[in-house]
Amino acid sequence: MAIEHADVLRAAHLARLGIDNTDAERYVGDLSRILDMVDALSGIDTDGVKPLAHPLDATQPLRADEAIEPNRRDTYQESAPAVADGYYLVPRVVE
Amino acid sequence: MQWETVIGLEVHVQLATQSKIFSGASTAYGAEPNTQACAVDLGMPGVLPVVNENAVAMAVRFGLAIGAEIPEVSIFERKNYFYPDLPKGYQTSQMAQPIVGPGTIDITLDDGTVNAVRIHHAHLEEDAGKSMHESFHGMTGIDLNRAGTPLLEIVSEPDMRSAREASAYVRALHAIVTYMGISDGNMAEGSMRCDVNVSVRPKGQEAFGTRAEIKNVNSFRFIEQAIECEVERQIDLIEDGGKVVQETRLFDPDLNETRSMRTKEEANDYRYFPCPDLLPMMLDDAYIEHQRSLLPELPSEKRQRFETALGLSAYDASVLASSRAMADYFEQAMQSCGDAKLAANWVQGDLSARLNKAGLDISESPVSATQLGELLARIKDDTINGKAAKQVFADLWDCKGETADQIIEARGLKQVTDTAAIEAIVDQVITDNPVQVTQYREAEPDKRGKMIGFFVGQAMKASRGTANPQQVNALIKSKLDALL
Repeated sequence: MAIEHADVLRAAHLARLGIDNTDAERYVGDLSRILDMVDALSGIDTDGVKPLAHPLDATQPLRADEAIEPNRRDTYQESAPAVADGYYLVPRVVE
Repeated sequence: MQWETVIGLEVHVQLATQSKIFSGASTAYGAEPNTQACAVDLGMPGVLPVVNENAVAMAVRFGLAIGAEIPEVSIFERKNYFYPDLPKGYQTSQMAQPIVGPGTIDITLDDGTVNAVRIHHAHLEEDAGKSMHESFHGMTGIDLNRAGTPLLEIVSEPDMRSAREASAYVRALHAIVTYMGISDGNMAEGSMRCDVNVSVRPKGQEAFGTRAEIKNVNSFRFIEQAIECEVERQIDLIEDGGKVVQETRLFDPDLNETRSMRTKEEANDYRYFPCPDLLPMMLDDAYIEHQRSLLPELPSEKRQRFETALGLSAYDASVLASSRAMADYFEQAMQSCGDAKLAANWVQGDLSARLNKAGLDISESPVSATQLGELLARIKDDTINGKAAKQVFADLWDCKGETADQIIEARGLKQVTDTAAIEAIVDQVITDNPVQVTQYREAEPDKRGKMIGFFVGQAMKASRGTANPQQVNALIKSKLDALL
């Protein structure tokens, strides 16, 4: 499956990865080879095979609806770069 | 050109669980910032989400309430985007296999007709945190208390054709979730948030026009306003030779306009994929049937019962069943007085009028359902007449007495039904008003009926409103006619 330079830049943008043009060229080749490998799957007869949402053959356990977590704000905020009045501070975002 | 409006809604309903959808942190509203955000909500390395059974149960019950199919398997997926109030870099949501399949919600329009709005699906997801842009000197403050709060997103088909229909739909949805108790439905606190998809097309055209999505419209009134001004904007734009672009817009109720927020990202920009941290959820028939057994009587069923079992009109039934609080109040009042129609009239009449005037919800009524019911019982057993009942009601409202009986006793409002006593009053009125009696006798027979009103009024006044008006009426008529 062919992947183009623009696809790589777009994917990088969506993932907020900073890559330069030289790297992007290399990734075009790498990603194309990965996609070709995955493409081999289309050669397999999957009629009657259910789509797999998870590799483990298990189902989701559910927990009781109880608020049991204590307030550990101080501990968590020790590792935050900036906090004020109980808020985590981040560079200003304006829509 | 004639234009037709096409509306579809995505409504986020905050589920009334104690804890978050994937963690044991509390969901209580109004706590100090970040005191209810645990390691899972913060997206700390190494944590694993575990699904809250109650959120699943509520979603399933909602699905059953709208006649939807509940698939055996549903899957959580990651919706990837970057925003500081989303610490994991993705929102855990559902897309390909949501927990609730297609269903329908009936809406009642202004003229009483009932329309079915198709529901495309409903899915479970987590809420994000809140950003505060104002008070931090060039920084943004993040409160993650709301992060991980369970939401049920209910996605309708584009089945609505006017702002009124859209608000009727949101009202119907609000009634269902609050009846069921799966959400407090508090729009001001964000427990119900609506995204409205609006497009216009020439009347008769089958293909949809390009739609704009209006985000976070959070009151019934704003939904109608936002749609109306967006429709106007789109029609003006097209008629001026322009084109509607697919984008997200924000409604500004102060300026009564919508404005562009950002061009709509394509769905695949979110790069959904099944969440490896969460296994597929399997819900067997026994579980689903158990949830079905927990369903309360729903608004449409209640409306039906009010009509058929209680003999109320379609209009009365729909008003009284419109909210759980109203329906519960009515049923309690009815039980206390034993008369459905009397209770229906008073709840919709005197009570609603006073509540509206005071700006109160029925749940805040100073007169309890039992108090009103006991008052109505005294009308029914002829202890007091309608006029005295209004006086008693006003006193109950002003907390001038605990019970209707106390007030009736204290104010001497007991209706006089003793014929001899009423006869004495009537005789006095006739003696005191010779001019009117002569006029009555000389009037054309078909005019006399009206003239009786004067005598009845005088007699009621003389009895300080306590005489039984029917008795007074009959007695005066027979006495006057005897003089002819």
